[in-house]
Amino acid sequence: MYGLGIIKGLGITIKHFANTYVEDFKQGIKRYTAEDRFTARQGLEAQGLFTVQYPEEKIAVPERFRYIPFLVVNDDDHPDAPGQPWCTSCGICSKVCPPQCIWIVRSTDPETGRPKPEPQEFYIDIDICMNCGYCAEFCPFDAIKMDHDYEISSYDRTSAHIYDLQKLTKPLSYWRTIAPTRAEEERTAREAKEAAKAEKAKK
Amino acid sequence: MSKTSPDTTTNDVAEILQQKFPDSIHPDDREGYSGIVVSPDSLVEVAQSIRDDFRYNLLTSLSYVDYIDEDFFEVVYHAYDTVKGGPALNFKARTPRSQATLPSLTGVWPSANLQEREAWDLMGIHFTGHPNLKRLLTWEGFEGHPLRKDWKEPFYEEDKKPFKSRWPEGRPDRAESRLPYGMNVQYPPGFTPDGWSPEGESALYDSLSTPMTGSGVDVQAIKTDQLVVNMGPQHPSTHGVFRMAVTLDGETITRLEPVVGYLHRNHEKIGERNTYLGNMPYTDRLDYICSMSNNLAYAMTIEKMMGQEVPERAELLRVLVVELTRIVNHFWLIGFLLNDLGAFFTPALYAILERELIVDLFEALTGSRMMCNYMRFGGVAYDLPPYIGGPAVKPGDKARHMDTMKFIKDLVYERLPRAIDQLDNFLTQNEVLVSRCKGVGILPPEAAVACGVTGPVLRASGVPYDIRRSDPYSIYNELDFDVAVRYNCDTYDRYLIRLDEIRQSLRILEQIIPGLEATEGQEYWAGKRGYNVRVPTGEHYGHADNPKGELGFYVVSDGTANPYRYHIRAPSLINITALEEMCRGLKVADSVVILGSLDIVLGELDR
Ligand code: SF4
Ligand code: SF4
Repeated sequence: MYGLGIIKGLGITIKHFANTYVEDFKQGIKRYTAEDRFTARQGLEAQGLFTVQYPEEKIAVPERFRYIPFLVVNDDDHPDAPGQPWCTSCGICSKVCPPQCIWIVRSTDPETGRPKPEPQEFYIDIDICMNCGYCAEFCPFDAIKMDHDYEISSYDRTSAHIYDLQKLTKPLSYWRTIAPTRAEEERTAREAKEAAKAEKAKK
Repeated sequence: MSKTSPDTTTNDVAEILQQKFPDSIHPDDREGYSGIVVSPDSLVEVAQSIRDDFRYNLLTSLSYVDYIDEDFFEVVYHAYDTVKGGPALNFKARTPRSQATLPSLTGVWPSANLQEREAWDLMGIHFTGHPNLKRLLTWEGFEGHPLRKDWKEPFYEEDKKPFKSRWPEGRPDRAESRLPYGMNVQYPPGFTPDGWSPEGESALYDSLSTPMTGSGVDVQAIKTDQLVVNMGPQHPSTHGVFRMAVTLDGETITRLEPVVGYLHRNHEKIGERNTYLGNMPYTDRLDYICSMSNNLAYAMTIEKMMGQEVPERAELLRVLVVELTRIVNHFWLIGFLLNDLGAFFTPALYAILERELIVDLFEALTGSRMMCNYMRFGGVAYDLPPYIGGPAVKPGDKARHMDTMKFIKDLVYERLPRAIDQLDNFLTQNEVLVSRCKGVGILPPEAAVACGVTGPVLRASGVPYDIRRSDPYSIYNELDFDVAVRYNCDTYDRYLIRLDEIRQSLRILEQIIPGLEATEGQEYWAGKRGYNVRVPTGEHYGHADNPKGELGFYVVSDGTANPYRYHIRAPSLINITALEEMCRGLKVADSVVILGSLDIVLGELDR
């Protein structure tokens, strides 16, 4: 029969439409308030309407999510060196960065005039950054990590989008909040490396 | 496929050709190079022989290299046999830089048409006998040929990255603050943009206003005229900034010329300034819907040149993500094809829903939904994460927690088969879709091969040519799947073949999952894992069957840290060679649907 295909298709549209409300009727307001229901709404069981009520609701991003890089520094309550940057200004990230948007000036000791393993200046042009994550991947000191904060719109790119040292710096505790598993893995790896080094020194 | 090793076959052909044309062919014996060098005078004759006597009927790629130290340009052709499969026959022609002229091969393979125009535009090689040798990607007023090694861009800093100013002196500034014109352009001396009228434009319209009629009506007799209409570049039906200049007789299309380049950013020049590894995230931005497939084609090309092995788990992960990408692409295409037909966004959103779930997996796996940057030389960047989701940190964040392996299994065994069946029920019998697509935009197999069309579009024209089978890569020869093929050559078949391919991809994925479970915890990235990749001197053309067609990378290494030449054979670009043929004689509304069924993406087309 001519038109059967259209009618069959309309049936599917109606099913999608109805599915949006079926779960609402079954679960009531809990569907939107209960913590554990979100996975069902935004996962493989999802039926019908699939949208998230941004900005009231946001999907928490996974640990590996990459946006703009940031520089890790010691927490404020660090016993020896609070706020000490981990970056040694080795320059690897600026070399590996594909669009070349990282600029680093190495510190020099004012007394001896010799280079100090610490950045004096560190800039990232975030308009140019392509969020590839290479800087974090290849930094040998875990000193640069990919941030998860994607809400960075601003009114003027010319003044706001070259991030300097101050703007890039975030404490280690922040990294542990946004990527707990990875931070832990990295800590274990670092400690193993230290131990191996100490072992070697002893011999 | 024949029992003899495919390599010997191509070598044999090269030898026979040399015996046949002893004066005009010699082997390319530079270290790391292969193929034969043909003298320009007999290029057309040799090409004809390659096509007719040896059945290399598909000229896929035409690359061009500027050997500035040796003072010649080289054009490199790769031809394939769609019936027998096997590797490419690779032949080359050279011309001195000062002369820069070669005979055009458009008469032998129409697929050379757009590629020769590109070579003229970007390298300044003149092809005698080309019917329409105009700039393709840059604008008509552009000065110079940007892929020549002595051409420098407006923001030129150094020939090769990394740039010295980044460390340790560091000079933070915006390139645009150094611009003499205040805009990102470079004009010839004495040129002012005011009052300039583009020559190319009028040439375009002149070439289109021929007195051909589609409907057979004598235009003179009824005192009518043909009308040139620009569809695009800003138009939702062109899927990006793409323009079709169509000549209409009433509503019937008599001529059609695609006008491209609006998204051109000279990806290849960027690639030649860049390091090998640095190009990986750039390949994401070619066909931005299929970043994983682009990564794979590029990674395989460089691995071949390096002689780098890939561990089994990495291959499994690669096939997993690449086949999921194919599903993503085809879902996306079907949704937007229906948009083009006027079913505004309902089917598209049903298709996108499934895509969202797949990109959720990509995001947890690689850190990005679309710009995955997942593959490395020798493997992949990460193993599967234990779960999909992340901690709630920001105000309003809602956490999800889904076990990754279970997610993949549910997706492949349950959710996606159901979704594809539903889409099939929803659309395939729909009378509007059928009447708009059946018999519309016929592309006969011979024309498809001649125009260099590849991928699902070629297979919907009755040519079962799939690189995963004809020149297998990764672990595809161990996998059991059918090459989808349809024989009606019309838009409806081009829609159906996408459904078929999704089903075949699901079949492949089902075979991948046990392997993923068995190799858990194994190595996924072999080799040095360094950022300094050393590639031995030589050339290689690597290719893969991407969701849109054959994506090829022709890379020449001079042994340094940056590729000497980095050329991309973009399926989207070469597939539109057939567009005019498919649209001629049809109504203007059909061109929108035909273009939709060709599946182009401008990030890749314009590069
Ligand atoms: S690679 Fe790491 S340590 Fe080296 S300069 Fe970059 S952030 Fe600093
Ligand atoms: S994420 Fe990539 S582009 Fe951005 S700063 Fe790091 S290396 Fe550069």
